[in-house]
Amino acid sequence: MDKVFDSPAAAIHDVFDGATIMFGGFVSAGSPTNLILALYEKETKDLTGIANNIGLGDKLDVLCEKKQLRKMIASFAIRASAKRQSLFEQLYAKGEVELELVPQGTLAERIRAGGAGIPAFYTPTGVGTVVAEGKRVECFDGREYILERALTADFAFIRAHKADHHGNLIYRRASRNFNEIMATAARVTIAEVEEIVEPGELDPEAIVTPAVYVDRIVKAPAYDVRWFN
Amino acid sequence: MTSAGLTRELIALRVARELRDGMVVNLGIGLPTLVANFLPEDATIVLHAENGILGYGGIVTDEAEFDQDLINAGGQPVTLAPGASFFDSATSFAMIRGGHVDVTVLGGLQVSAQGDLANWAVAGRGGGAIGGAMDLAAGAKRVIVAMEHTTRDGEPRILEQCTYPLTAQRCVDLIVTNLAVIEVTGQGLALREVAPGVSADEVRAAPAARLIIEDVKVVDL
Repeated sequence: MDKVFDSPAAAIHDVFDGATIMFGGFVSAGSPTNLILALYEKETKDLTGIANNIGLGDKLDVLCEKKQLRKMIASFAIRASAKRQSLFEQLYAKGEVELELVPQGTLAERIRAGGAGIPAFYTPTGVGTVVAEGKRVECFDGREYILERALTADFAFIRAHKADHHGNLIYRRASRNFNEIMATAARVTIAEVEEIVEPGELDPEAIVTPAVYVDRIVKAPAYDVRWFN
Repeated sequence: MTSAGLTRELIALRVARELRDGMVVNLGIGLPTLVANFLPEDATIVLHAENGILGYGGIVTDEAEFDQDLINAGGQPVTLAPGASFFDSATSFAMIRGGHVDVTVLGGLQVSAQGDLANWAVAGRGGGAIGGAMDLAAGAKRVIVAMEHTTRDGEPRILEQCTYPLTAQRCVDLIVTNLAVIEVTGQGLALREVAPGVSADEVRAAPAARLIIEDVKVVDL
């Protein structure tokens, strides 16, 4: 069993037009930028992207250059400052890309549920707001909750610090964020990592993502990502 | 533009006075991040960042120390406090929704007389950025809103009903502005403190919501 691929391009070779892709990372932390740039080169179209943010210095925004995204499901889709618009904001303003805006905790839990075989769950987040529109509301112990559906995807692009050849992963600092849960929720999970080691070299006590969730690994150096660059 | 009363730093200082030893506190983006500069020195306050850190320290200002994997939820590089831990986003929001965060300090665009909060969408700006605000407002044990008393154009931010899209209903416990400290009570908004040099009548004139005014103190700085 060896899940290692030679390049980001090889690791994403079968990503198809119309696919749904989860992208891990939170602004600059743990962004799978090498895989995103390979997707940009591949020019795959009509994609549905699921990510915490787009256009906050992350390289996901480049997918808007060639209009590869049909829809984004995200919690941050505009810049905090209105001074300069992201490419995504420009396309959104022209009606050329769809957006489903989701509270961050609900987004994380929808992905966690998707990976855990839970089709839907009730949450207090969003009750009485636009997020609740069209959703079932139920009262438990005197408090209202809304029903949210799980999310799954064809592919998850994630970034970890180290992998072994089986696909066990460890992360660096605050880079777990959405990577860890997205790894569980896609049909094919592709991890770019700083370093690949032999099975047995990672401490089993320290493994964060067990190998069962990881299908492909590619070694790629961390891409320099800055807030608002 | 309202320039009277407390500066942004002094608003943050006043908010920090609400924090006690051992509290787990989440600071929202913008003005609330300044609260980290005024934490009580004789207490351990554990700062939670919803992107997956419990126990971050200060904001890093030296560009040479920038580590792109060590940021808070506002994307700012941070240091770690002793005893810090890392976790994924689902775990982070389980902490928030599960009632394990004692206080969240959020920025605000509008707060209603019932404590409804609007802080994520501005009219005329498409898309939006909900981020973690809806989860924090719904899940934290105590919600403090730190904001300017009025908009740049002098429009009130404290209203009988919010006109912007809501973040959460009936969630706000305390409002700290440049002019006043206002508590959301079962009877309505109660003016507790005014900024030095600001009278209760001036504060009463600014919001478009009724204020309960009795036993008002001057903010102690």
